[in-house]
Order: sequence, then C-alpha cells, then structure tokens
Amino acid sequence: MDTPELENIEVALFVQALQRRYGYDFSQYAPASLKRRIQQLSEQMECKTISGLTERMLHDPPLLPRVLDGLTVPASEMFRDPAMFRSLREQVLPLLASYPQINIWQAGCAHGQEVYSLAILLEEAGLYERTQIFATDLSERALQLAEEGIYPARDAQQWSRNYQAAGGNHSLADYYSARYNLLKIDQRLRRHVTFAQHNLVADGVFCEAHLILCRNVLIYFSNPLQDRVLSVFRDSLVRNGFLCLGMRESLDYASAAASFAPFDECLRIYRLAGQPERAFA
Amino acid sequence: MNTPKAIVIGCSAGGVEALKVIVGGFSTRLQQAVLVCCHSSSETMDLLCEVLNRVSSLPVMEAQERHPVQAGTVYLAPSGYHLLVEADWHFALSIDPRVNYVRPSIDVMFYSAAEVWREKLIGVVLTGGNADGASGLQRIRSLGGTAIVQSPTSAEIPTMPQAALDTAGADHCVDLSDIAPLINRLCLA
Repeated sequence: MDTPELENIEVALFVQALQRRYGYDFSQYAPASLKRRIQQLSEQMECKTISGLTERMLHDPPLLPRVLDGLTVPASEMFRDPAMFRSLREQVLPLLASYPQINIWQAGCAHGQEVYSLAILLEEAGLYERTQIFATDLSERALQLAEEGIYPARDAQQWSRNYQAAGGNHSLADYYSARYNLLKIDQRLRRHVTFAQHNLVADGVFCEAHLILCRNVLIYFSNPLQDRVLSVFRDSLVRNGFLCLGMRESLDYASAAASFAPFDECLRIYRLAGQPERAFA
Repeated sequence: MNTPKAIVIGCSAGGVEALKVIVGGFSTRLQQAVLVCCHSSSETMDLLCEVLNRVSSLPVMEAQERHPVQAGTVYLAPSGYHLLVEADWHFALSIDPRVNYVRPSIDVMFYSAAEVWREKLIGVVLTGGNADGASGLQRIRSLGGTAIVQSPTSAEIPTMPQAALDTAGADHCVDLSDIAPLINRLCLA
C-alpha cells in the first residue's frame, strides 16, 4: 500500500475521531481540500503522521480550537471581489432600504474582513443604524479574531484598492487606525454586529435575514452538504431576500438552487424566488 | 499499457506564448483531459481561454467547480483559486492561503492530480520565474506519473523548469517545440 492510500485511511480515522470525541462532523467536506488542511495541520503541529495528530487531538481537548481553526479558516480580504461589493452598494442596498429593519447573516465570517466591509457599505449608505449583522463561524478562534478586527498592515494597500474599486467614497484609512505593523478596525463599526458560533453542517435557521453572504465557504462542502446549507439559507431568507456566494461557486448540482433566481449571475448574487417551500404546519 | 488519462501543465512568466505552442500542437485525436495552471495577474481567464481556443483543436475553458473532468478538453485554473481534482474526477476549488506566494498554485494542482491519476498522469513544467511546480512534479513522479520539463535553454524564464529539474528530475527534458509532439506520442501510442 502506498502513501496516498495510507493517508486516506488516516484521514478517515481522523474525521471519525473528531466526530466521536467532540461532535464536529467533517465527513461531508470535499475530500481533496480537507486532506490538504489536515496534512498542513499535522505539519504545523509537528506530527509526523496524521495518525499522530489524531492521537494528540483525542487526548488533549484544549487543542480543539486550534484544530477547528486549521480545518475551517480560509484566507480573506476586505472588499474581495470589488465588483460584487459595488453591486451590493449600488443595486442591492437601495432595495433593502425599504425595510424598517435590515438583518444580514454573514455565514462563515472567518476573520471578519467581509463583515467590516459590509458595515462600511451600510454606514456609507446611511443604513447601518437600522441594520443588524449576524456574523457566524464554526471556529471560536476565528470569531475571537473577527471580533478584535486586527489585521497585518501590509494588507492595507490592496484593501484600499479594493475599497475604491467597490465604489468607496472616502478613504479606507478613515475606518482603521494603524500602529506598528498592524491595523485595527474602528470599533464603532462593530456596534451592530453580533458574533456567534454556528455550524453549517449541523445547525439550522439562525435568523430571518434580508441578505445572506456566504462566500467561498460552500466550495469546501460536498454536493449533499452544499444542498443542505442552501436549504437552510432558503428557509432563513425573507421573500425576495438576497444571497451572495463566491464568484466561482457553482449551483449546478444542488436541487435547493431551484429556489433562487439569479439577480446578477456573474457576481453570484441571487434572490429567493417567490414563497419558500414550507411543510404544512 | 499505461495510456495517460490526464495531463497537468504549470507555467508562469512567459507562459502564455509557451501554452499557445503546446496547446496548438495537440493532436485532434487526444483523449486526455488537460489541466493548466498559469500564474497571471488578470482577474479572469477569459482572455487566455480566447487566445488558446484560437489555436487549439480541443475545446479550452475555465475549470468549473463541481463539474466533471471531461476527456479531450483543456481546462484553465480560475484566477485567485487553487484548482484540485477529487478522486471521482470532479473539480474542486479552494481559497486556502497562497502556496509559493501564488494562488492558483501549480504544486496544489499537481499534488491532487497525482493522487487521482497516479501512473496515468503526465506533468509538464514550463517557463516561469519561481519554483512553483517543482515539488508537485516530484510527487507526480513518485506516484508513477511521467514528468516533462521544458529545457531551461528554450524557456523564456528558466527559473521554474530549472527548479523542477533540480527537485524532481524529469523523464523528458525537451525544447518547447518538441513538447506537444512528445505528448501526442505518449498519449496516442
């Protein structure tokens, strides 16, 4: 038996151990990326094999947050895909403005860059005072970092360019303070954000939302799990509510996608079509 | 007979011209899927798709998340995402951190393809200014696949093929103009 096959056995055992020991189920994650992340985690934790990582994880519960963080957190940036944020600013927010109270769910908020991007858009549109953003993630560590809003200053230049390209009418620097090699997001932007742990694999409807952002999260999920999460989004959105996915995500294999109509297909912005299907009570 | 099922190609600086020569030289009878990772600063692969479609007898398109890998088709890794292949021959994307300072990374694509296609894979490293692809090519060889490296002397930027040779070695180290005929021969034999 050669190394990839041995590793596949180790990955399956790791996933099973994580589920049985701590209740987190990664069995529906897309295998190729999951394996990469598990391998990287073993390297970071200086385990010679994935089995070594499994052993440490089983016997050392304080390691769990680090394990979950390693398995879930993708890289992000502020105003990533500026064209999408520009469309939110110019097309979507004006439609949301008709609601007296706006609820936004950012599912899989990672380290919070998009949460703050969104808060800035809302602030500049004059809608933030009547908005509530629910920012959720599986990883508590990610939520902590998101709440702190401290990022490496080297990212600022790219983020400023993104902000301008997204139609920003100030300077991004108005929203953070820089010190040493770090930038800290203005804490006032946090005033209508609630950070909370939520597991897309297992948890259900979280709030009634007018807009859901879940960008580049479902790319890590298998087809059945992607479909499940889309159903949760469908059941969470108000009629005609908006859903934003990552720019290269495909809905071609999800039956729940039938509930969504493209608002801007190219930017992966969708709207809940008609009444969501609900069972008779 | 180990007829290859897929070909993975990595290139960076100078890659577009090299790809035109190679993709343009593929036989119309090629039954293999071709996956290309080309470092680029542009936000979409539309232009590269267009340029390659003009010279290619096989259809050229951007790889789409979750879609099956089809034979006789050339796929480009989308800009900003790592491209991986699942064991059931479907594409997967990832925005995990850059590898070798780049995303998409050739190494990520090579590693994942090597596990899926093993000895039925051809890996190709072309011109470029960094070392991405070297370790992935080593993985391809260690799992029984075939490695082709563009001869550094025929590369616009020799760093990448040289790094691949230093790390992984090669089954074939040939000039740019000889790569497509070699692939046709290996695949149609």
